[in-house]
Amino acid sequence: MTAIDIVKILLLVLLIVCAVSVNFTRTILSAVIIFMSYSSIMCIVWILLESPDLAITEAAVGAGISGILFLVTLRRIREADADREEQETNEERK
Amino acid sequence: MKKGNKKTGSALSIGKSVFFRWLDGDIDLLSGITDTSEVPDISRDELRKTQNQKVRKIASSISMRRAARAEEKSFQILYRIIAAVSCMLLISVLLYTTSKLPEYGAENPQTLEVVERYVEKGVEETGAINIVAGMILDYRAFDTLGESHVLFTALVCVMILLKKDRKNMQRGLDSYHQIEKEHFHRISTESIMRNVGRVLIPCIFVYGVYVLLNGQNGPGGGFSGGAVMGAGLIMASASVGFEKVDRYFTAKVSAVITVCALGFYSFAKGYVFFTGANHLENHIPKGTPGNLLSGGMILPLDIAVGLVVMCTMFGFYSLFRRGSIGGK
Repeated sequence: MTAIDIVKILLLVLLIVCAVSVNFTRTILSAVIIFMSYSSIMCIVWILLESPDLAITEAAVGAGISGILFLVTLRRIREADADREEQETNEERK
Repeated sequence: MKKGNKKTGSALSIGKSVFFRWLDGDIDLLSGITDTSEVPDISRDELRKTQNQKVRKIASSISMRRAARAEEKSFQILYRIIAAVSCMLLISVLLYTTSKLPEYGAENPQTLEVVERYVEKGVEETGAINIVAGMILDYRAFDTLGESHVLFTALVCVMILLKKDRKNMQRGLDSYHQIEKEHFHRISTESIMRNVGRVLIPCIFVYGVYVLLNGQNGPGGGFSGGAVMGAGLIMASASVGFEKVDRYFTAKVSAVITVCALGFYSFAKGYVFFTGANHLENHIPKGTPGNLLSGGMILPLDIAVGLVVMCTMFGFYSLFRRGSIGGK
């Protein structure tokens, strides 16, 4: 068993850990960050599987853009929640 | 006014079955499990207590019947069981299929003539050293055309759903733009983002252009290069503010680039397809493999796909963030 095999197994175990822990995190923000780290690990796995094409795409789309879109959506949800709460408190005051 | 509506709505919906109420979005089965709010600075038990209090308050205020609550609970259990079972089924099907695949690096037991042809004659026939680029942009270029149209359609759908105009604004468009403007001003004063962006944006763009133009010689190509450039645009708008990006990347520019690139791709590939399929001579030179200008139509097609992907990625971000591409 060479060093690269150990690295491969470690990466695959990390992938499984990431995939499972996304389901068990309470806050969505941490889930998004774990999802992005999953993509980063997957990018290294693609390089080890000798497909650099996919590695570049995975890093740019998986770890970058889709994570950013999730974060932006989360921010919008929070803004909408804050707006609603504000409205409700205003109505209660009335 | 709104609250009154809510009350009558939930009172009416108690009569309905729990499943339909879940479909309508009246109950959220994941409400206790995940939260979208910012991480509070109190312990989890305390948080749960306050949440329970809130739930109790709501439940007492709308006088939910005990039977309805029991029904809801049993539905929740059923939901979890079905979710677990379907997950297990999916996992077992995937694992079973994976076990049937040949081992990594092993000789494929079935003789795949197409693959052999691609590997042996790919460089000669397409002029691209990167066989993947030769495959997706020469042999299977129509698939890639479909993919870029899918991206374009996705952008159009996001625009339909999220674009802000007078019809779907509650507060009024002008005040919305005022708020957004103040917001951008705040963004551009965050000095860490601005300075890191100033250093990184040129590097990201140079790397994106490199990946885009070297698709036929090395790893990369239209989609990855375009995604990197789109990420660069997103970085630019997040660090120096949307206003600076709006100066050169307006909705009109985005639309013109996308439509021109897709039209060029369709036209070029249609031409090659018809001439190639009818055994007519192909006039486009292949060039020496390994040069920048090689691979026949692969480089222009790569550029077209890259531009579409870049516009789509930035369009997604911009629409998600502020509901429009290029400001007003």
